[in-house]
Amino acid sequence: MAVAFDEMTGQDGTIRPAYKELSSWLGEVRPDVLDYRRREAELLFRRIGITFAVYGEADSQERLIPFDVIPRIISASEWKLLSRGLEQRVKAINAYIKDIYGKRESLRAGIVPEDLVFQNPVFRPEMNGQKVPHDIYVHIAGIDIVRVDSETFYVLEDNVRTPSGVSYMLENREIMLRLFPELFSRHRIAPVENYPDELLATLQSVAPHSAAAEPSVVLLTPGVYNSAYYEHSFLADKLGIELVEGRDLFVKGEEVFMRTTQGPKRVDVIYRRLDDDFLDPLAFRPDSALGVPGIMSAYQAGNVTLANAVGTGIADDKAVYSYMPEIVKFFLGEEPILKNVPTYRCREEKHLTYVLDNIEQLVVKEVHGSGGYGMLIGPTADKATIAAFKSKLKSQPANFIAQPTLALSTCPTCVDAGIAPRHVDLRPFVLTGKDKVRIVPGGLTRVALKAGSLVVNSSQGGGTKDTWVLDS
Amino acid sequence: MLSRTADNLYWLARYVERAEYLARILEATQRLTALPLAYVGESNEWESAVATAGCANAFYAVFPEANEENVTDFLAFSTDNPSSIRSCFEAARTNARAVRTALTMEMWDAINGTWLELKRYGNGPTSREELSRFLRWVQESSLLFDGSAYRTMLRNDAYSFTRLGVFMERADNTARILDVKYHMLLPAHEHVGGPLDYFQWTAILRSVSALTSYHWVYRESLKPWLIADFLILKEEMPRSLASCYENIVTHLDKIASAYGRQGPSQRLARGIRTRLQNSRMDEIFQTGLHEFIQSFIADNNRIGATVSQQYLT
Repeated sequence: MAVAFDEMTGQDGTIRPAYKELSSWLGEVRPDVLDYRRREAELLFRRIGITFAVYGEADSQERLIPFDVIPRIISASEWKLLSRGLEQRVKAINAYIKDIYGKRESLRAGIVPEDLVFQNPVFRPEMNGQKVPHDIYVHIAGIDIVRVDSETFYVLEDNVRTPSGVSYMLENREIMLRLFPELFSRHRIAPVENYPDELLATLQSVAPHSAAAEPSVVLLTPGVYNSAYYEHSFLADKLGIELVEGRDLFVKGEEVFMRTTQGPKRVDVIYRRLDDDFLDPLAFRPDSALGVPGIMSAYQAGNVTLANAVGTGIADDKAVYSYMPEIVKFFLGEEPILKNVPTYRCREEKHLTYVLDNIEQLVVKEVHGSGGYGMLIGPTADKATIAAFKSKLKSQPANFIAQPTLALSTCPTCVDAGIAPRHVDLRPFVLTGKDKVRIVPGGLTRVALKAGSLVVNSSQGGGTKDTWVLDS
Repeated sequence: MLSRTADNLYWLARYVERAEYLARILEATQRLTALPLAYVGESNEWESAVATAGCANAFYAVFPEANEENVTDFLAFSTDNPSSIRSCFEAARTNARAVRTALTMEMWDAINGTWLELKRYGNGPTSREELSRFLRWVQESSLLFDGSAYRTMLRNDAYSFTRLGVFMERADNTARILDVKYHMLLPAHEHVGGPLDYFQWTAILRSVSALTSYHWVYRESLKPWLIADFLILKEEMPRSLASCYENIVTHLDKIASAYGRQGPSQRLARGIRTRLQNSRMDEIFQTGLHEFIQSFIADNNRIGATVSQQYLT
């Protein structure tokens, strides 16, 4: 594996301009001060109750995601490129989903193989021919970006179902402002605190025609036992909207109502953080106790907007991912601004052979996996694991894709031994409303805290950093 | 506001109030049983503590006998008892977490801090001193939560629902003590009791934190019928039935005027308050203290169900 690009020191060890101030500050600040602030940050997080649950861990029902106090910095020109690329990508995704549930021109033109769509469990036949307000399917997208050198950003993954993490973007900034005011005064950093306002404006803009002048917007959560519950309550609070569970809603006459202390109240827009499968026991999983019986009928009647729409999974599936460059070109007639990581589709004979022959250099991912589960990192895996993965690959090749092991960029990070480079990725959030696309300058930077590790997922020991986009 | 949110707020407040009451019962019983037998007689005060906590059935399903160890464990730390102090704090925090957006930062801090601190006590203290500290801490935690609600919440329907929870629970608790100890308060004991009764009476007052205030109101030594009067009819006494209903009516009225609609809860509550206002202690004794209290408990339960039906579901 090539030596990773460090975002502070670059390829040749000279401090890159965006990090000039930070680098000299890191030289001035005493290690004990940094350590003290680090502990203070942890205390703040615990007091506020920003926790998440890890599924399958019996004892630690509520855990903190480690927070690293050294910010990650993106220059103004880098951000300009990123945000143009993100807007383009999400536009193409919306056009593609509309096409799949509508005219299907992209399938006829052979851009995406039909079986990848129709045999995909996340494809929702209920959405065929269904109109959604302003043709927007993905109102909130979290696009995972990695960087490999000073020029190249790759899209690692599109998250267009119920992406999470934005509360960390906001809370990380609040904590940093509290702990390091002097560092802020030495930079010009674009603010992120307007995200909740932008989100609310986006959600209100897609209300159904039958909605009142001031549409009623709610956030639907699976409940307190969901790993992202803290985020749900945090966002509902910042947006000033009700945080509802399935049992708070009911459907009558193809309209959705919530049970309030003053009787039923109509709901127009639902920012749902509940997966398609659980939304409506009458339409999808009948054993779902989290959903709202009949909500699909109200949705199909156009009396309620779901954000994101139902069936968007056909755009962020890892198998579909490899076709994104073609999708961008087909629907927008433009060259993609953000590149894809080169991807081998194991469903194709030629690619499978290559993957089996070169597995030690590749990362192999399960098509429907997420959270870093079901993944093989060739260069660090032992022989037995590789052999086991190979046989899985041969028996179900269509379930896997493979990518070269990327040397993800690194950022200076506080670790036990002092300050050391650690690998990072970035998840910016893209909001699409009737009037425009809104991208708050920043995002969630995840960092792999173990030396050499490339896995940034919080469920596997990753941490987060505040992400600074410089204003000039 | 969401019915579920109102329900969570209501129960959050009830559980915190209940935890404090349980701590007071345990404290009072501990004092009573520490006295030499000659002062308190042969009665089993731990049995009486279980009855006042209203969980006799659940207790005897687990333990054959009421003694200090069993009762303390069951009322304070047991996870089998859904109304133990620990279960109350757990349930309060679960309710709080479900309605975080409806709580102020201070309220969340209070209940979350209590919950974190609770873990330190593990399965119970190893010594009497530690138990005393624990019981004191429970009462302080309740005061902290109640105080932060009082000082930081917006005065809207959410506030009224938390107050309703406090006063419904409090009325229930006071009535339950009276129900178990009513025979101690009958005028038949008028022979200005022996020391036996005296310590029982102080224990009753102690469990509703009213020992000092009794003297301020009556400026007399303890008389059983005055204690009954104090706990039932005196509006100045914050844990009396009359005071609780004064508050319940006030908050139900606030909700009704905010929503522009009166309902069965308001009517029922006003009926109960009127009955308390028009009662005199000698009449209550004449028609039977026990019957009076039993009918109050039934009324109080009925209003709980009515509020729940009208607003919380």
